[in-house]
Amino acid sequence: MKIIVAIKQVPVRDSQLRVEASGRWIQENDLSFEINEPDAYALEEALQLKEKHGGEVIALCAGPARAAQTIREALAKGADRAIHIEEENLNTLDTLGVAKLLAGAVKAENPDLILTGLQSDDLGYGQTGVVLAELMGIASSTIIMQVEVNGQSIRVKRELEDGWFQHIGMPLPAVLTIQSGINKLRYATLMGIKKAKLKEIKKVTVSELGSAASTATIDKIYVPHKSKQTQIFEGDAKTAAAKLVEKLKFEVRVI
Amino acid sequence: MSVLVVLEQTGGKWNRMSWETLMAGQQLAGELGTDLHAAIAGSGIAALAAEAAAKKCSKVYAVEHDLLKDYTADAYTAAIEALIREVKPTLVLFPHTYQVRDFAPKLATRFSQVLISDVIAVRIESGSPVFVRLLFQGKLNGDVRVSGGGPYFASLQAGSFRAEALEAGSATVENFAPALDAASIRQKPEAPFRESARAVDLTTAEIIVSVGRGIKEKDNIPIVEELAKALGAELAASRPICDAGWLPMERQVGSSGQTVAPKVYMAVGISGAIQHLVGMKGAKTIVAINKDANAPIFEVADYGIVGDLFEVVPALVEEVKKAKGLA
Repeated sequence: MKIIVAIKQVPVRDSQLRVEASGRWIQENDLSFEINEPDAYALEEALQLKEKHGGEVIALCAGPARAAQTIREALAKGADRAIHIEEENLNTLDTLGVAKLLAGAVKAENPDLILTGLQSDDLGYGQTGVVLAELMGIASSTIIMQVEVNGQSIRVKRELEDGWFQHIGMPLPAVLTIQSGINKLRYATLMGIKKAKLKEIKKVTVSELGSAASTATIDKIYVPHKSKQTQIFEGDAKTAAAKLVEKLKFEVRVI
Repeated sequence: MSVLVVLEQTGGKWNRMSWETLMAGQQLAGELGTDLHAAIAGSGIAALAAEAAAKKCSKVYAVEHDLLKDYTADAYTAAIEALIREVKPTLVLFPHTYQVRDFAPKLATRFSQVLISDVIAVRIESGSPVFVRLLFQGKLNGDVRVSGGGPYFASLQAGSFRAEALEAGSATVENFAPALDAASIRQKPEAPFRESARAVDLTTAEIIVSVGRGIKEKDNIPIVEELAKALGAELAASRPICDAGWLPMERQVGSSGQTVAPKVYMAVGISGAIQHLVGMKGAKTIVAINKDANAPIFEVADYGIVGDLFEVVPALVEEVKKAKGLA
């Protein structure tokens, strides 16, 4: 089966974020970037499905030139080839704009299955996969914890709230958004890293895919206003711990 | 011009976030000076529609069809799309639930719009809504503006509006029967299930010590376990810890795990992504121990220690034992 995995490059998890002068985005020049975590699980799921059913895994990524590093890592883990939609200002597009780019790049591929993470760790709209499915006129399901392929259909395990799950059947082709923790992530092997250098990365420009105008725009980003006064206990570990325990004993009264 | 609030039920039971969303609807319709409509979709929902009609709004649409009995993305999208084409609201609000995340983006796409998801506040500026939403896992907020004439779609995060402030009223109920075709519904849902009986009930715990990514590896879990033991607390975790199998899933707190409101919730090495915060922000006292002073967990914490948990937690264990007269 032919599987496309849509991945995004985002700032590494522990980044100290600063708002840039325009107030509309973060300062990116001193940040490191990595694959969006739920997308890493989507990639792993695609690789496992390929190992089980045969076929091909294509990594699809929209983003600036720096995203090439994340694409290489996906190839090193086992994706067969990649499509890089070069867009320097991805953050100025809304999800419909991004999904239109992805749909344009995917059209000629006729995939059986498209996987992506359930949300991005930067914008966090949590809907690119669903919008992509709608634009392509194919079925979708979200927050997936298991995928079974049975010929031309699939049966997936969808996570519901509060510890509940549900199995859902649907025909292929389909788009699934994958939940973190669905599988165990692999590391790239030395051989994989070597092989990745020879794999194809097809570059596509936004103008080849048509416009991606947005209706939603970020006006301003800022550090959230604190709703609660937090009392921070200063000093070394022992001093701070002693002050906290005193609070818990004499004011909160749980010790 | 109107505001439409899409309420959520599953198997005849309300999702309680529906009322928070209706509250937001009452507030915004008031500010915009427009009508407020509510909608509820399903099969056999007359009683639920009547219940919703006891709140202040002008009309409740009971979107009723046999094919809406069990939720599917395709049927719900088609049904609400038909309702919106009929009612023509300017603003459509949803609770930010797993179900809404599954179909509302699809619905918005049919109107060439984007669902503004995970919204925590809305304000009206010169007659148009500005949505405040979380970015970067809650580290930053963003003000989002929409254009293009609408209808605009937004889903509201749990706890952002207070359902207690809902105004009562008496709305008319109108039945709306969308034309749905069984052949065009591609998802075939089976009965929902729980993985296993929950052996651990965190909801009754007085004190919870909860551990997150900051613990770095499985072998370090006993460090926090010891603190839980010293405090007489239940041990819990954020999602990544359970995903990795370091603690069982039944100890997970957050939107996909348990929702808790203990006397004290101590978050150790948890940054505080919104999926975690919705599961614990009802705790009476929240203590955060984290090396990053900018972590979102400090936004909800009453007490905090900014520092290395590998130094702070053992020191805490010792101090707790001392306070209890055990050391």
